[in-house]
Amino acid sequence: MRKHAALVRRSSFGVLLVGPATIAVLVLIIAPLLLVLGVSVTDWQPGTATFTFTGLQNYQRLLSEADFRAALVNTGLYLAIVVPMTVVLGFASALLVSRVRSAGAIYRLLLFLPTVATLAAMSVAWQTLLSPSVGMLPQMMRAVGLVPQNWLQQSETALPVLALIGVWAEFGFAMLFFLAGLRSIPPELYEAGMLDGIGGTLDSVWHITLPHLRPIFAFVLVFASIHALRAFDTIAVITRGGPENTTLLYLYYIYQEAFALFRTGLAAAATSLLVLLVLVVSLLQMRWSRGRSS
Amino acid sequence: MTTAAQRLRLIMSHLALIALAAVVLLPFLSAIRMSFLPADDMFAPEFRLLPGRWVGLENYRRALSASPLLRYLLNGGLVCAAIIICQLLIAVPCAYALAKIRFAGERLVWISVALGIAVPPYALALPLFVMGAYTGLIDTYAALILPWIISPLGILLLRQAFVGVADEILQAARLDGLGELEIMLRIALPMITPAIGALVMISLIAHWNDLLWPSVAIQSSGKATPPFGVMLFQVQEIGSDYGPLLAGTVLIAAPLLLVFILVQRKFLDAFTAINPR
Repeated sequence: MRKHAALVRRSSFGVLLVGPATIAVLVLIIAPLLLVLGVSVTDWQPGTATFTFTGLQNYQRLLSEADFRAALVNTGLYLAIVVPMTVVLGFASALLVSRVRSAGAIYRLLLFLPTVATLAAMSVAWQTLLSPSVGMLPQMMRAVGLVPQNWLQQSETALPVLALIGVWAEFGFAMLFFLAGLRSIPPELYEAGMLDGIGGTLDSVWHITLPHLRPIFAFVLVFASIHALRAFDTIAVITRGGPENTTLLYLYYIYQEAFALFRTGLAAAATSLLVLLVLVVSLLQMRWSRGRSS
Repeated sequence: MTTAAQRLRLIMSHLALIALAAVVLLPFLSAIRMSFLPADDMFAPEFRLLPGRWVGLENYRRALSASPLLRYLLNGGLVCAAIIICQLLIAVPCAYALAKIRFAGERLVWISVALGIAVPPYALALPLFVMGAYTGLIDTYAALILPWIISPLGILLLRQAFVGVADEILQAARLDGLGELEIMLRIALPMITPAIGALVMISLIAHWNDLLWPSVAIQSSGKATPPFGVMLFQVQEIGSDYGPLLAGTVLIAAPLLLVFILVQRKFLDAFTAINPR
């Protein structure tokens, strides 16, 4: 009887402990989510008291906007460069770092610095590094007889260069995840492989490391994609979507529509689509990884 | 037992890593170099690694007088400290309850935490701005802090750490007559300091570096945080005066990098030990 009372007392204690967190999630995450979904199906504007339900009208208008279509295409291209390169570079550097043993810690730190560095500030550093008039890289290229281009101002090169900066800023995280994975491979596996005639470095990477790390590759792929959708700082500081909208990416489009052009309905529709996409991908990932571990 | 082939492989690995690190560090080095360059060296047609004339901290002095850089840094520190303290106050009890206590509505809490993790914070700028406008919080410090006082990922991280605390220890404390709150704060909490440290560092990096939300929530430069300060600095105060611009950039990027370099060993080791599966 007394034990039961203690258990009930502890249960109400538990509810008390989770109360603030649950309320905060409701007010600061779920409520804004519902708000933006709601706004996306009405003609509501900030400051107006009335609104009418307009169904999918905002979504139809959004899809017919040239700017939005450009943002979709650009974001696709950006992801197509950033995600594979982040995964490959992250894996390659993890492999190298794990190979040099004790010196690995210093390389790990240096390669991780871009991930920590304030990207808005580093965007200024990149912009000046690449600047044809004052940049170190063009100066060095001229010194050896090459002709540097104005990469960040030309419509063919601006997006790929921003994507490379994106890889630079993101691959440190991928490296950490792969390092954790590499550590989980028991060394006996490689010894056993050696007995089976798998001796060469590339051989053992292909036959032992890669199959073992397959779940981590899937995780990093999803992680890098969701992170790449976040690209904003480099665009806001360096290109502001130009030249000719070639670097107008999804999040920057939302920002422009919402806070510069004040087209709330369009921004809300674009936000809802983005959240829906990320939610679906995350839920698939959660289900997939839970299915594996059980 | 190292064979020649193994030694060669090790040397190749070092060379590849050194080359990679050199490329990765290039923008840092370029920024530091330009922050010490006098204006007349800046546009020199040929490449010179070192400045022709030593101007010392002249560019830094001009950056500091042209723009309230120290104010931005102070704002960043205050806002991050407030966010992190609130996150811990809210996440620690919730994580402890999810790990160690059976209570009614547990499933509901789990669902909201999972949903909170899956919704990308960067996507909520518009509705949060609308909410801020209607509560009159736009352009206040509260607007910079309030939306981020909840960290669902932090709850998950701390919960995993609390799971690792043995039930026997908590039970023994109970038999000693300690109250539930005391057990959480004085017994369990000190045992998960590595996870607390990791959460503090993750939050610090995320919110010190955030540009999107401050540029939405803040209108006056007096409340700007460092990344938003970079934007104001670049557009309004300095323009194309490159020396001071890069000096300001270095000043804004340096504090977080220094903090990180001081604690990196623990942070990266903890991270590398986590198996993300």
